[in-house]
Amino acid sequence: MASKDAHVGRRQVLECMAWAGTGALWTISGGTPHALGLLGQARAETAAPFTFLQISDSHIGFDKAANPDALATLRETIAKVRAMPARPAFMIHTGDITHLSRASEFDQADAAIREAGLETFYVPGEHDVIDEGRGRSYLDRYGKNAKGAGWYSFDAGGAHFVGLVNVVDLEAGGLGKLGPEQLAWIENDLRGQSASTPIVVFAHIPLWTIYEPWGWGTDDGLRALSLLNRFGSVTVLNGHIHQIVQKTEGHMTFHTARSTAFPQPAPGAAPSPGPMVVASDKLRDYLGLTRVDVARVDSPVAIVDATLAGKA
Amino acid sequence: MRALSRRTLLGWLGFAAWPMRAARGAPREVSVSIQNFAFAPARTQIPAGARVIWTNEDDAPHLVVASKGAFRSSALDTGDTFQFVFREPGSYDYFCALHPHMQGVVTVTAEAGRGAETGDH
Repeated sequence: MASKDAHVGRRQVLECMAWAGTGALWTISGGTPHALGLLGQARAETAAPFTFLQISDSHIGFDKAANPDALATLRETIAKVRAMPARPAFMIHTGDITHLSRASEFDQADAAIREAGLETFYVPGEHDVIDEGRGRSYLDRYGKNAKGAGWYSFDAGGAHFVGLVNVVDLEAGGLGKLGPEQLAWIENDLRGQSASTPIVVFAHIPLWTIYEPWGWGTDDGLRALSLLNRFGSVTVLNGHIHQIVQKTEGHMTFHTARSTAFPQPAPGAAPSPGPMVVASDKLRDYLGLTRVDVARVDSPVAIVDATLAGKA
Repeated sequence: MRALSRRTLLGWLGFAAWPMRAARGAPREVSVSIQNFAFAPARTQIPAGARVIWTNEDDAPHLVVASKGAFRSSALDTGDTFQFVFREPGSYDYFCALHPHMQGVVTVTAEAGRGAETGDH
């Protein structure tokens, strides 16, 4: 409090604490991951040149006990985005936009997400491809610049983003699946990228196996990850499991986002992975969004989770 | 020789099934519940011509899809049902296209249901 600078620093740290919620903040620097303390978070907060958001699993149309109004909690999420002091560059949605792939559900999701005023990049969840056309509705809306079942890549803020689809043509007894056509496309897409370019991969189902008995993994995910080995900074962002799970392996950081609709149990903690009912005044502790700060050159990628209950 | 033994086997099956049918009737409809992300029962045996009715009792949607394409439901929300009449004997593996770790099998036996298919429902 002795000077104005000290006051600003403290406020920034407190803002970061609010954002961190129950999640953690990871950075990758020189290939070595570090969990940062609060001072480190403050540095990331002030230094990050490029920020984007991740929302996931909005399940518009869901109206069961675990959350009778999934549209309302999506709108709350978007309100938090609008209230952010620094405007993010864009948003990604890692799938299960809708609950049953109905046109009305896509319409409601679109209208709510548009309120953020941010360009939004989507990948489908398995709930988005169960229309009669098996994903036709999704592709008609979101697949205009995509290949195959909806995969694509783009460059932003010095990083290369790759949106993948691992929810179509699933096989009995299997997990998520990318398929040979998409794997060949990934290999080709990455060929022209420098090893020093930060890579951000996003897909609905986790690309690494979190819990096989519940199908929480991707059968050929390791084949995709092997194509990413040569890059110095790889961030893999997923949804599907409605809770935060994260790990780092070498140069790769893996992170799954909370849902904006309802929580699911921890792996193996319940008879099934179905929607988890919590006390209504606790629901917003389990829902939220993720902010990612991407460094341009040789500085950290930071992932910060916030709950709907926390302050933004 | 092969055809003969098959016919003999079918005859035995029919013979074995007859007293059961006489006692309580061949099952014309069999229910399979979908709950806790599993088919219950996961294994169902029916005579040809019988109907299987799946009911989703979960708070999550499921799809009932035959691995070899004989049938495919639309997305079943909570309380929704899907039914399929199995006319051809054989083994039908199926799974949930949304959650492919959910698997089941319907075994359709020959003859037993065929004769009983007419009329008496």
